[in-house]
Amino acid sequence: MPYIENAQAGSLIHELAGVIIENKAWLSEIDGKIGDGDHGINMAKGFGRAAERIGPDATLTEAMQTLSDVLMSEIGGSMGPLYGMMFADMAETLGQRTQIDAEAFGAMLRAGLEGVLDIGAAKPGDKTLLDALVPAVTQFDATFAATGDFAAALAAMRDAAQDGRDSTQDMIAKVGRSARLGERSRGVLDAGASSCALILTSFADGITKRLQSA
Amino acid sequence: MQRFLNDPDDVVDETVAGFVRAHSDMVRLSAENPRVVLSNWAGTSGRVGVGTGGGSGHEPAFIGYAGRNMLDAVAVGELFSSPTAKTFHDAIRGADGGAGVAVLYGNYAGDNMNVKMALKMAAKEDIAVKTVVANDDVCSAPPEERDKRRGVAGEIFMWKTGCAKAALGGDLDEVIAAAQKAIDNCRSVGVGLAPCTLPSVGHPNFQIAPGMMEVGIGHHGEPGVRVEALADANAVAEDMVRIVLDDHNLPEGSEVAVLVSGLGATPVNELYVLYDRMAQAIEARGLKIWKPYVGSYFTSLDMIGATLTVMALDDELKTLLAHEAACPAM
Repeated sequence: MPYIENAQAGSLIHELAGVIIENKAWLSEIDGKIGDGDHGINMAKGFGRAAERIGPDATLTEAMQTLSDVLMSEIGGSMGPLYGMMFADMAETLGQRTQIDAEAFGAMLRAGLEGVLDIGAAKPGDKTLLDALVPAVTQFDATFAATGDFAAALAAMRDAAQDGRDSTQDMIAKVGRSARLGERSRGVLDAGASSCALILTSFADGITKRLQSA
Repeated sequence: MQRFLNDPDDVVDETVAGFVRAHSDMVRLSAENPRVVLSNWAGTSGRVGVGTGGGSGHEPAFIGYAGRNMLDAVAVGELFSSPTAKTFHDAIRGADGGAGVAVLYGNYAGDNMNVKMALKMAAKEDIAVKTVVANDDVCSAPPEERDKRRGVAGEIFMWKTGCAKAALGGDLDEVIAAAQKAIDNCRSVGVGLAPCTLPSVGHPNFQIAPGMMEVGIGHHGEPGVRVEALADANAVAEDMVRIVLDDHNLPEGSEVAVLVSGLGATPVNELYVLYDRMAQAIEARGLKIWKPYVGSYFTSLDMIGATLTVMALDDELKTLLAHEAACPAM
């Protein structure tokens, strides 16, 4: 079964931080249409600070734990606890595993989703990051169950996350500050779903690149 | 932007630094967390501690309500952004004097999540913590969805009464009950005339066209119920009183406390212009104003606009509101 080594896979988080920082202005612009306009600023600050503290040899487990700590103790807002819980629960599930195969990655994804559902009050369709995360997790599991192919499952996850992000365009916000906009929140992407799609895309690309065969 | 700034990223730290320097007779910075402001009377043994927290940009809220017989600890967030769970947790620890801590905060998604996590952290240390979530903003959700309403300037009355109850020796449940009663008895409305700008963003994140007003606007520019031509002050004052009292439904003869706050960039004199007509309109509905407050008590950066809060009083709330207290904001 294909897998990646957990050792040194902390570099996935370095790459992810790079993607978030590259998209800082775009995320803020999306957020500015129906929110504060600071989503990109806060995300870049949190992921950037975490990357500075993750050593080159860190495992993915250690790197996600560091990222979670920074988000929860230094970023705050709504994204701090939501992504903070997601990465904390992902790191906990991965634990001391030395190899990450599709089964381990699937368990990690599901734990991350559970973490977000546990701390937040949203459900799918509310125009939040869940609209990218939920279909991505579902498609990863379904594709792997059907094909047994880790790379195909990762591709399905990435596509579902991006489609999910795009689906928020037509949704009306039900939770958070933009919920007050009602109909006026329709027609723009959700900033949280957009950053979540970036995260899952970065994971899919980075893991696919590193896949080894056992 | 015509603003007094250094690096916009430092604006919250610099605000807090100046605040504790200016008011060192009443407040100090936590030694453990530079985003926690403590009252100099925080941690008084045997007394229930009272804490809160929220995003910055609402000064003098939230930090300005720390003091003697007022808040013990305030968690400070970035501009319009919830403090972290760790900061709420450190505020709870700083407020604790062994008799438990009441966390009295506003109903916002980020604050709800961060407080929820802070409560889990506090539970591991055996600190008894209970919460009251303010939801006085009438236009933020219909009456049947009151649990979705946001907390605005009514939080000041919630803090004042909860803190007074603690000062008078109330136990944690009694402090929570008093604060809950205060916020249940509060209704607020805001009217915005021009938007506000986060310094790090550099441009307003919503628009109010010149000559227009947003009736029912939230504390961060959340849209209200109506966008319409800016009316004269008397008409705006009467509209605000009508929105608040129609939702409140108080029996004739009720005594009320009234708080009119500017949103940051409205001249204080205009608040008195509004209050003059608001008071007449409130009294015309058969209510008695027991205690008014007019000033910049709870702002939204440089937003032009004002809020009105009306709290229905009973004997207990009057006693608690009148109880001697001192803090930088009031």
